[in-house]
Amino acid sequence: MLRIPPGDLVARLQDPLIVQALRLSLITSLASTVVVVAAGLPVAHLLATAEFRGKRVLEALIDLPMVLPPTVAGVALLTAFGRTCLAGQALSAAGITLPFTTLGVVVAQAFVAAPFFVGAARAGFAEVDRKYLDAAATLRSPPGYTFLRVLAPLAAPSLLAGAAMSWARALGEFGATITFAGNMPGVTQTMPLAVYLALQSDLEAAIALSVLLLVVSLTVLLSIRLTPSRLAALTARARRAPH
Amino acid sequence: MLDARLTKRRDAFALDVAFQATASSTTVLVGESGAGKTSVLRLLAGLDRLDEGAVTIGGEPYADAAQGLHVPSWRREIGYVAQDYALFPHLSVYENVAFGLRASGVARARIRPMVDEALGLVGIPDLADRMPLQLSGGQQQRVALARALVLSPRLLLLDEPLSSLDLQTRRLVRVELRSLLHRLPCITVYVTHSPVEALVFGDQVVVLDGGRVAQAGSRDQLLRYPRSPFVAELVGTNLFIGRAAQAPSDIAPAGTIRTPEGAIAIEDSPGPGTVYLTVSPREITLSRTPPDGSAQNVFAGAVLELIPEPPGGERVRVVLDTRPLLVAEVTREAVASLCLTEGIRVHAAFKATGVHLYA
Repeated sequence: MLRIPPGDLVARLQDPLIVQALRLSLITSLASTVVVVAAGLPVAHLLATAEFRGKRVLEALIDLPMVLPPTVAGVALLTAFGRTCLAGQALSAAGITLPFTTLGVVVAQAFVAAPFFVGAARAGFAEVDRKYLDAAATLRSPPGYTFLRVLAPLAAPSLLAGAAMSWARALGEFGATITFAGNMPGVTQTMPLAVYLALQSDLEAAIALSVLLLVVSLTVLLSIRLTPSRLAALTARARRAPH
Repeated sequence: MLDARLTKRRDAFALDVAFQATASSTTVLVGESGAGKTSVLRLLAGLDRLDEGAVTIGGEPYADAAQGLHVPSWRREIGYVAQDYALFPHLSVYENVAFGLRASGVARARIRPMVDEALGLVGIPDLADRMPLQLSGGQQQRVALARALVLSPRLLLLDEPLSSLDLQTRRLVRVELRSLLHRLPCITVYVTHSPVEALVFGDQVVVLDGGRVAQAGSRDQLLRYPRSPFVAELVGTNLFIGRAAQAPSDIAPAGTIRTPEGAIAIEDSPGPGTVYLTVSPREITLSRTPPDGSAQNVFAGAVLELIPEPPGGERVRVVLDTRPLLVAEVTREAVASLCLTEGIRVHAAFKATGVHLYA
């Protein structure tokens, strides 16, 4: 890595194929984060506040992608959403195809990244003192309004951290993507896939991309460690203050 | 008019409380911690569900366990000030007070004047832009009150509103809160463990003990006619419960009441049945040797505790380990001349004329 001057690194990143992969990665990872947050919020809220039959099973299912080899996750998605399968047929009747499409990349990333967000959001919701929710209820606030104005803002540090982790995981997704969506430049070839491919033909390009991914991942992790911990400290003080 | 019949079981604790309250009155629920005071408020607020019973306000049912009716908190016209106020830490004072108005869809243009009026009512018109963290305990308490009052509740629930305040602030806020509650048209239910607050605030006082109503009535009724040792202790008097001696042939002579603690001489003769006797701590005299004189009630026991009353004041409450526990109130000089310290055996005497008797 040290053999390559920084100028070359930047030049490498301007290669059209790489720019394409970069753009695709950015779009798909942001899209999958939106999907994960939208679908994960109610699930995390349910897990944090309610007791119900099958809760343990649901928890295990949500955490499954974390321990599953990503390629296995890709095979699982393929069997679920393939053309010959039930969900796949229902979708294609609606004109939607997932395998080997950009949408498929988003689904693969969301599937693998979801546990990171749900876990953090759930812990964040559970940490919010119930007294604030009770106070809101006695102030004529319907549950939805309480969620938006009280619960979500008070859990914001955890929600942001979870979303960032989920985004970083989606950005680095490789196994499930290549299995479920394939490796087509401009359509499903995201950054990690491009790195893998470049490794076989152009080592320097691979290194340039790797450095970029490394920097992005490190930045995400650092900002999670630094910003929300200060935010969390602030809200923790707020939680203790009235005593 | 509030009509509440509340039954709730949780693990080993059982709450079974019923009371009524009229509009623009304050009902104080007083009792020790664990008596079920907060549970009552949570049931009235709809934060917990009733096992049995019902809650009705002005004829409108809020909960009825028999019919499975439970109006959720946010649909009840109540105000609830929690013990630690629970101000939203991420919202300014203004937004805290405006919260309920926004949540219930009050028109934007009407919100500012309503919030300003509420903040003025509780005496903090200048704090609108502060964050809760920047406020003192007394200020937080006012914000919590304004936040509840701005919604014009029909039922205002206050959980130990003064207990988080330091002594000086507490005295100040107590006076203001009392005059504020007097002006409000709503029914107020006020929870406290402090007998002083109960007697200051309560038009009606409901004494809770172990999840049940030990006694309920006006403050005068409670002060003059305590009916359980708990209430007697609360209002600071000595109580005996007994029966009138029926005939001269009885073990106890006429003009006495038989109590589990022995016979007590009295002035007038009551009817049959249970009678209650109170003896004011000031009616009790203490001596180191058995007192002479007739028609006197004498109990012997050791001094358990000496409590200056008021703290640092002229008089001292002396708690004795007689059966029942007697409390005498004597001057500081008497304590000094009798050399009273904890453990000293004394005789406590009171005259038959010092006994207040009621059925």
